[in-house]
Amino acid sequence: MENVSALRKVTNSLQRIMSILVKELRQLSRDRPTFAMIVIIPLIQLLLFGFAINTDVRELPVSIVDDSRTYYSRALIEALKATQVIRVVRQDATPQEAENALQRGTVRAALLIPSDFNQRLNDGRPPAQWLVDGSDTMISSAILKLQTMPFSAIEGIQSVSPRALFEVVLYYNPEQRSVVNIVPGLVGVILTMTMIMFTSAALVRERERGNLELLIATPVHPMELMIGKIVPYIFVGLIQTGIIISLGHLIFDVPFVGSIVQMLLATMLFISASLTLGLIISTCTETQLQAMQMTVFILLPSILLSGFMFPFEGMPVAAQWLSELLPATHYMRLMRGIVLRGAEIQCMSNNALYLGVFTIAGLMVAAKRFKKSLD
Amino acid sequence: MSLAISAKGLTRCFGDFIAVDRLDLSIEEKTIFGFLGPNGSGKSTTLRMLTGLLTPSHGDICVLGLDIPKQSEALRLRLGYMTQKFSLYDDLSIEENLKFMAQVFNLPGREVNKRIDAQLTVYGLDQRRKRMAGSLSGGQRQRLALAAATLHEPELLLLDEPTSAVDPENRRDFWETLFDLCDQGATILVSTHYMDEAERCHNLAILEGGIKQADGSPKQLMADMQATVLEVDGTHLRQIREVLTARPEILSAAQQGARLRVLVTNALSNPEEWLKSQWPDAMKDRTIERVRPSLEDVFVHCTGQRRQ
Repeated sequence: MENVSALRKVTNSLQRIMSILVKELRQLSRDRPTFAMIVIIPLIQLLLFGFAINTDVRELPVSIVDDSRTYYSRALIEALKATQVIRVVRQDATPQEAENALQRGTVRAALLIPSDFNQRLNDGRPPAQWLVDGSDTMISSAILKLQTMPFSAIEGIQSVSPRALFEVVLYYNPEQRSVVNIVPGLVGVILTMTMIMFTSAALVRERERGNLELLIATPVHPMELMIGKIVPYIFVGLIQTGIIISLGHLIFDVPFVGSIVQMLLATMLFISASLTLGLIISTCTETQLQAMQMTVFILLPSILLSGFMFPFEGMPVAAQWLSELLPATHYMRLMRGIVLRGAEIQCMSNNALYLGVFTIAGLMVAAKRFKKSLD
Repeated sequence: MSLAISAKGLTRCFGDFIAVDRLDLSIEEKTIFGFLGPNGSGKSTTLRMLTGLLTPSHGDICVLGLDIPKQSEALRLRLGYMTQKFSLYDDLSIEENLKFMAQVFNLPGREVNKRIDAQLTVYGLDQRRKRMAGSLSGGQRQRLALAAATLHEPELLLLDEPTSAVDPENRRDFWETLFDLCDQGATILVSTHYMDEAERCHNLAILEGGIKQADGSPKQLMADMQATVLEVDGTHLRQIREVLTARPEILSAAQQGARLRVLVTNALSNPEEWLKSQWPDAMKDRTIERVRPSLEDVFVHCTGQRRQ
């Protein structure tokens, strides 16, 4: 008899969760703008980040002041052009003219080749000089890298003396294309944005429209309401992940080294964590506008501190601590590991564990905060 | 007669504002009980406290033998609640809304469809079952809300101003349905600011400023009123009204067409003569007639002194 009533309780509870879930899906399918956003947000962001935000520096406009005008100086210029880092847009007669061009912004750097260039090549003094616009660090570091270019790159020079000190082998992204790193990270950013936004609005909307007063006068348990509300969005998140990863592969040729199952698992963990975060927001805001503002409040650090934009290692310790709290940070690591390096979740169990614990704790906080009363 | 609801010293404060002040209630089983009061008189707050949605600041509530708000979860299954604002889902159809409510109340699967069909027929919605709730008229919405609130056959129905967006004909039908439900054994508590609706209730309480001004059956309230109702006819009623209401013996005066309805305190033994003696010129050619008090008179008498 005890067992029967316990079983009855569980099936009743499941039925209530299902009823909310079905209702949520129905409402979602009828909300055309939201439905369109699910597909359009990842699409636009992917194209935006993939094409426009490119940290690979190529084809910098430069000016050349060649006072040497020898075979070797021309060979140096050809070797530099071959790196594709620079594009020679003008030849100037004097360093002064080149500096003016730099100031106007028509060039990003100027190469000065002195008249004693050949002499300098032989006696080991620096043979030429770069004038660089250092205001954008990414540009200056690209030119700085040219410093390490071995002399042997200049055709006709056999000198063995000043060679590069190390040989470097690049793994996983040998062409150094930033889009490879961006696409898996972008999944994290987009999921943070849409998942938190949808769920934080989901509960507040019921409050704003007056549905909540009726809903809390029914036998629905807060936990059932929470679960019924987040499950439909797990599917939404998986669809978005699919769009980003597959288009990233098709358009930007981002490799997919790991297993799809592992990726789905990691994504599911992250979606759940983001959704509970959204639920917590919705229990402490009164209007959809407030919920939206809170979402932005979470979204910004998720973009800036999670390692999506800037490497985690470069952040100050305090920022690293904050970063560790964000679910997006852990998901970023998992995704890059699985998609780019073919890693397994087990190798990164700490990150997966954090997401799991975050979800369970978050659900409990949200259900506790959501009181079935209007007080 | 046993009581469905009893409350003692029920009080609710929002900060400094006292929304409901030391309210005592006893509502008999299987009757329709009305809360009559102007906007902001504490009707909704009281209903919310009785459902357990709001925690009272002071006082005790017992609903269907349950201690509220402590046992409000147990009350949910036995209670139907209709909020003042339409609170079903605009973007679900009539049928989907009812199905949702049926599942939330765990009605057995095989009965759900039969029960929903029956409700749709009773509430005249069977022709529109696929229509979105958001596109319904005021009367249809309210029928849908009542259909949803009574889906699980609750013993107690709390209706918060159910007819505020409904035309008179729909209102009549709505009350017929309420009496049907009452006959089937439900206790119904309804808040309203319409006199004609209040008059249909078995018993009612008049609320103002969170305080119960009077309670009893409409008939009894009218009989017990501490005032006499006179009707004065003639011209220039607006001016007469000005003059009359300045006196403390005149509780209120309101024009109704070609007549002025005057409430005079019971302290005067012969109010007609008193009127004539006080204003011999103004009352000279007028007939002054004593009439039966209406519920509106009772309401005005109970609440008039405090309205500012």
